[in-house]
Amino acid sequence: MTLLGKLSWQALPLNEPLPLFSGVAVFLIVIALIAWLGIKGYLPYLWREWITSVDHKRIGVMYCLLAWVMLLRGFIDAIMMRAQQAVAFRAPGFLPPSHFDQVFSAHGTIMIFFVAMPFVIGLMNLIVPLQLGVRDVAFPTLNSVSFWLTCAGALLVNISLVVGEFSRTGWLPFPPLAELKFSPGVGVDYYCWAIQISGIGTLMTGINFVTTILKLRAPGMHYTRMPMFCWTALASNLLIIAAFPVLTATLAMLLLDRYLGFHFFTNSGGGNSMLFMNLIWAWGHPEVYLLVLPAFGIYSEVVSTFSSKPLFGYRSMVYATMAICLISFMVWLHHFFTMGAGADVNAFFGIMSMIIAVPTGVKIFNWLFTMYGGTVRFASPLLWSLGFIVSFAIGGMTGVMLAIPPADFQLHNSLFLVAHFHNVIIAGVLFGAFAGYTYWFPKAFGFKLDERLGKWAFWLWVIGFWVAWGPGYVVGLEGMTRRLQHYDVAAWHPWLIVAAGGVAIIAAGVAVQIAQLVVSIRTRERRRDITGDPWDGRNLEWATASPPPSFNFAVLPNVTDQEPYWDMKTRARESGHLATPEPHYEPIPMPRNSPTGFVTAFFAVLTGFALIWHIWWIVLIGLTGAYANFVLFAWRDHDEVLIPAGEVARLDRANRAARTAALERATA
Amino acid sequence: MSAPSTALRTGKDPYHLGHAPSSGTPEFTGHGAGGPAPKPIVVGYGFWLFILSDVVLFASFFAAYAVLVYARAGGPGPRDLFDLRTTEIETACLLLSSFTCGLASMAVGRRSLLWTEIALAVTGLLGATFIGIEIHEFARLVAADDGPSRSAFLTAFFTLVGCHGLHVTCGLLWLATMMAQLRAKGFTPSVRHRYLCYSLFWHALDIVWIGIFSGVYIIGVLMQ
Repeated sequence: MTLLGKLSWQALPLNEPLPLFSGVAVFLIVIALIAWLGIKGYLPYLWREWITSVDHKRIGVMYCLLAWVMLLRGFIDAIMMRAQQAVAFRAPGFLPPSHFDQVFSAHGTIMIFFVAMPFVIGLMNLIVPLQLGVRDVAFPTLNSVSFWLTCAGALLVNISLVVGEFSRTGWLPFPPLAELKFSPGVGVDYYCWAIQISGIGTLMTGINFVTTILKLRAPGMHYTRMPMFCWTALASNLLIIAAFPVLTATLAMLLLDRYLGFHFFTNSGGGNSMLFMNLIWAWGHPEVYLLVLPAFGIYSEVVSTFSSKPLFGYRSMVYATMAICLISFMVWLHHFFTMGAGADVNAFFGIMSMIIAVPTGVKIFNWLFTMYGGTVRFASPLLWSLGFIVSFAIGGMTGVMLAIPPADFQLHNSLFLVAHFHNVIIAGVLFGAFAGYTYWFPKAFGFKLDERLGKWAFWLWVIGFWVAWGPGYVVGLEGMTRRLQHYDVAAWHPWLIVAAGGVAIIAAGVAVQIAQLVVSIRTRERRRDITGDPWDGRNLEWATASPPPSFNFAVLPNVTDQEPYWDMKTRARESGHLATPEPHYEPIPMPRNSPTGFVTAFFAVLTGFALIWHIWWIVLIGLTGAYANFVLFAWRDHDEVLIPAGEVARLDRANRAARTAALERATA
Repeated sequence: MSAPSTALRTGKDPYHLGHAPSSGTPEFTGHGAGGPAPKPIVVGYGFWLFILSDVVLFASFFAAYAVLVYARAGGPGPRDLFDLRTTEIETACLLLSSFTCGLASMAVGRRSLLWTEIALAVTGLLGATFIGIEIHEFARLVAADDGPSRSAFLTAFFTLVGCHGLHVTCGLLWLATMMAQLRAKGFTPSVRHRYLCYSLFWHALDIVWIGIFSGVYIIGVLMQ
């Protein structure tokens, strides 16, 4: 047995029906899916065009797909928790404590790391190079590595469902609970290695996008002409570079404690568990801004487009974004006011936390003033934005309440806090991701999503959210702490039943979203976006065809204005012909596809799994394989493919013809 | 601005970056709004960002060390354990290796394969000596029962210094791979980009070591 470290048949949940059945079901579905793809002959296509693709648009689509799949997984956890708390009044409910603890830990981990992160990173991948008017990100193969490492982390979290167990310590592994003495199982190890692996991927995404935004822009695109989404993406990726290494270091310390008997956070040997709190939140607070800033960017794009007006207060928006980026590093201690750092320290961090609401408020007013006096079209992306503005304002205010240290002593670790962060993450990040998904879907696939179902999904989500989390605020004020497997306070019970009803409404919303996707794909022919500009957009992503050719732009656009595409359209409408004459087409070199990312992730999963189970010889194989893969990549001679001028001309002329036709329709 | 932009339009290489602008990028300066920057700038810039993130990683371990340096659980402190003489030799090795790494940069600039390889080999030897001394020091401490499990102070010390050592070891692996690649492929653009990144990495490790040498060792023997 030592050959397989700690791994044995006992790791499988053979006597626990719920995880066993769900695990077997997921396993069978995956096998069936691969078999179906194999029989249909799609596997070579998938390998060639998607798995090995280094095209930022495809990587973006795959990130979003990962986020959707993991959203379903994390949402099932949410349903289980709400159902448990609805029935566990003076009763054990249906989830035993050990299982309930894994469910809330997995839910938080998955929703932050494998839903919110991939969703915003996916949308950045899809759109940022297009908005900057360039052909790809700075390091295309690294981009693919980033994506596949994120997948590797997600896979490890899901393997823990069946092989072994997941962490029971919450979405962050707080010591001393997460130390070996109190969590002797493999759960915390699964957590740590999954996050370490995907964290490396995220760090590389950060480096890639900051380089892209600062060094690769279309000629003429000064900083003050960059679309708001690019600005927020820049802020977000700067946060990644500055914050994620702290996460890596902190989890490395915890792993050293667990694996080699170190004393960073232990109760004995002089360890200091509050060191973990400070370090993890020095990452954790920037992390939430890193998620919400791109969402703010999406709202800015959507509000401006659907109000048919330039964004109000562009410069103040840029300042607000960068101010949030900076201040987000000075508020971390508000996560543990109760630690006892003293009144002065608490006051400083309380005030900083309130100050960060100021630039956020600036943004809210800018969106409102953008809509004021505009020709507002209430399409579903704008509905998500309006739902966000209203809900997020409330979530932000409860945040300011929590930032008052004396109030926090009462509200700390209560459902009030949980309701607050769900309010800002669902109504802030997730609604933003949905707005971006609906808004940019035609750009990625060439057809629009069904609007009627999209509006249904919006209303179900926003109503479901308030029914689910409004009661959270109430029971929180009534003293209910978080993560309760059962309780015996009668006053909470009705509210928790209402909350379960809210989750059911959200579930209906998710079902409608799935239906929307299926219906839209089946009826895609009549939803085609012929012109490449389905929403009357203002930025460069709408200047190219939908879906864009692999090289995005036949000739890099020359930017002369803050809204380059709107500027082109205006000139075309005034003159009656396209703004730029047909260019002289030249062959375009594009980066060659590479399996490096996928192979790296394969070895990462192997190494991670072996580390979790202490199978040291497989660790060695995994690391050697990763190194060999790296050398193989470094040794290749041909890293570009040349797209012939004829092909470039054919695709670009089709785009120009579609736009000329649209122009004639508009001016006729 | 006029002189470089004329040179740019004629497709020359005004900043000595190694290649002319590719098609579709009529102008480039690397300073923002002139269109996409050329590859050497993009690669170097990205690697600088990586180094910044690595510095943040080290900063976390430095912070942990600063918090835990007095948490000795009745065990020995820096004064009882550190031997400045060996650390000085270690430091000399690493600083000299940075110098030879700089010499290698000059040899790359002159496209001299022989001198590049010689300078890199010396860099590698000095780096390996550094690692050897460090391993020896760690082994000495562990043998005397003053390993990382002894106290939180030693935990933080071993992790901070060990993290730097791990970086140097990875640098040596990188160095060996790059020397082999240099022999196999010569001074191709991508090899030169990698050399640029490598030298940035190696010098950055030196800077981190100066932080460790002064912040951990020198202050360590001075403190209680």
